[in-house]
Amino acid sequence: MSSNDVLGRTEGGDLRLVGLTKRYGSFTAVDDLNLTVPQGSFFALLGASGCGKTTTLRMVSGLEEPTVGQIFLGDEDVTDRKPYRRPVNTVFQNYALFPHLDIYENVAFGLRRRGVRDVRKPVEEMLDLVELGHVAKRKPHQLSGGQQQRIALARALINQPQVLLLDEPLGALDLKLRRQMQIELKRIQLEVGLTFVHVTHDQEEAMTMADTIAVMNAGRIEQMGSPAQLYENPRTTFVANFLGQSNLIPGTVEGVTGGTATISAHGQRLTLDAARCPVSSGLVILGVRPEKVQIATCDAEVPSGHNKLTGGVVLDTSFIGVSTQYLVKLPSGEELSVFEQNTGRPIQRPGAEVTVFWDPGQGFGLEGGQDIEAGADVEEDAA
Amino acid sequence: MTAVVPTPAAEKPVEPPPKERRPRRNLTPWILLLPGLLWLVVFFLVPILTSVSASVQQGDYDDGFKLTWHWANYVDAVTKFGPQYLHSGLYSLLCTVLCLLLGYPVAYFIAFKGGRWKSLLMALVIVPSFTSFLIRTIAWKTILADNSPLVRLLGDLHVLKLTTALGWTVGDHVLASPAAVVCGMVYNFLPFTILPLYTSLEKIDPRLHEAGHDLYCNTFTTWRRITLPLSMPGVIGGTLLTFIPAVGDYINAQLLGNPNTGVVGQKIEDLFLRNTQGYPVGSAISVVMMVGTLVLVMSYIRKAGTEDLI
Ligand SMILES: Nc1ncnc2c1ncn2[C@@H]1O[C@H](COP(=O)(O)OP(=O)(O)OP(=O)(O)O)[C@@H](O)[C@H]1O
Ligand SMILES: [Mg+2]
Repeated sequence: MSSNDVLGRTEGGDLRLVGLTKRYGSFTAVDDLNLTVPQGSFFALLGASGCGKTTTLRMVSGLEEPTVGQIFLGDEDVTDRKPYRRPVNTVFQNYALFPHLDIYENVAFGLRRRGVRDVRKPVEEMLDLVELGHVAKRKPHQLSGGQQQRIALARALINQPQVLLLDEPLGALDLKLRRQMQIELKRIQLEVGLTFVHVTHDQEEAMTMADTIAVMNAGRIEQMGSPAQLYENPRTTFVANFLGQSNLIPGTVEGVTGGTATISAHGQRLTLDAARCPVSSGLVILGVRPEKVQIATCDAEVPSGHNKLTGGVVLDTSFIGVSTQYLVKLPSGEELSVFEQNTGRPIQRPGAEVTVFWDPGQGFGLEGGQDIEAGADVEEDAA
Repeated sequence: MTAVVPTPAAEKPVEPPPKERRPRRNLTPWILLLPGLLWLVVFFLVPILTSVSASVQQGDYDDGFKLTWHWANYVDAVTKFGPQYLHSGLYSLLCTVLCLLLGYPVAYFIAFKGGRWKSLLMALVIVPSFTSFLIRTIAWKTILADNSPLVRLLGDLHVLKLTTALGWTVGDHVLASPAAVVCGMVYNFLPFTILPLYTSLEKIDPRLHEAGHDLYCNTFTTWRRITLPLSMPGVIGGTLLTFIPAVGDYINAQLLGNPNTGVVGQKIEDLFLRNTQGYPVGSAISVVMMVGTLVLVMSYIRKAGTEDLI
């Protein structure tokens, strides 16, 4: 039996979106979204600007009506429930703190509206949690951007909603405070055990915080999974490029033998784990992350069984302390990036002739015929 | 060869503490203020002083008035015109409240639902003011005439029976009654309420409403807890801009009222223009009205400032 309290909070409340679609006129902002966010998990919606993240959150909170589809909290269909009757709270992209109320009253707002009598203890605890007890008597405009963001978080969190929606809550913070708040948020989430749906276009943020990431592109979910799954086994070029960097080499599958797929690309023979190759013949794109590629002078010995591309020329070398990043131009005209850990190996200067190689087990395959650049430049704009 | 001898601490010249920078003087604001100040001195301060001085004079038009510090004028001014003070206060207060009740929804609608029609709708609110105040008030004589559709409808609905019983209308007539005076005032002053209300409502970020809905407020509580407090500057501005001219207005009472709806303004006009000795008492009434309004307004603003009104 599920026990409902005042707000219709149910137990075992996974958040489920079924066929959720939002159209503005003829423009489809969110397109047939299907996903389940397990209760108590930290779920990140990752995607470039304008891909429909905020729209999705607004439909969950009830501020926007879906054109098609349903939203479930646990077993209950909340699609038609007014926002103020949903056990869901939002940390808004622009904070939306109430300018006429002081910080204390801002945080107490939700509790007071629900008729909670004694708000002092929870409010003080919440202010301590975000380490802003000393500004309780100030008005929002007397706070820095980062402090306002933390108050927006406290104002939502104090209501212990079944699902907390966070719309780029760390967007305005500088890098250091951002990292600090990421750790803090994750700690709070584990502590209170609420479901967090966190929207961001910062892939690093999504990877460090989330249990599950959904990568959105143009209103659709491209791929969903744990950070490691997405990083190691992207299914589309968009995900491969948006989540970290990838070297993508188009080729053709020659054949699959004994768990290994053989691929010919630019006249060179490369191999790939058959399990990670989505096609058994025809066009394919072979991907490999830059940090998994090694670089050596052209006469050096390459370990047997490794994929090897010869005849490369170093175009650019940037030494950044912990690693060195190379841009290598292959005879086919393609450019490959290579990150090498600074373990004391000699640095290759621009112009040097080199061979690049990697363990075939580290590569991944994508269906051929996709746009190799998809998602590559988007991230630059957004970040 | 010279040895470096450290200077004893005591002999070290004591450095004066760094001077705080004095804010730079800027004359521009004062120069810009000058024309306005001059205007106020000539057309505001001088007339007020003349009124105050006239209020303690004695005499008549033929022999001239003399400053005799005749404070008894004030006794007359305060005690002899009870009904007029009552009417002025009652009508202007009622007018202010009605303007607020009518104007707030209009301003709210235009500010939040007006979309791209906002400017047009606001223009519609103001456009009637392009016609003369007098003509608009006279037009209400037609609207409230005995055979007008409105008055006949009110009669058929038996509304007039009720209002007559309450003393706001007279028999089957609306014209020449307190109700007509208040109607005219509300019509004439409504834009003065709506404009400041609209300005302050329009500044409110609609996303705050969303935050309210997200935090368990229905439409009414959102208005009560978020919109209303944030629009208080507009409420205060609008009510003041309505009340202050309304309390001094006598055109509406003159054109739409009857002999029993006399307001202070009419009495002052009467004393000034139709009574050879009335000038001093008329001035005294003006001063009383000014001081009275000032005290009322100040205490209202004080209350409003401490948010006691919401
Ligand atoms: N009210 C609206 N009318 C028309 N189009 C809209 C409306 N709201 C959003 N859109 C469009 O829907 C798309 C998705 O918008 P949304 O705000 O969800 O993006 P987002 O992923 O949150 O982006 P960002 O990272 O910049 O916040 C955008 O292309 C936007 O222009
Ligand atoms: Mg957004």
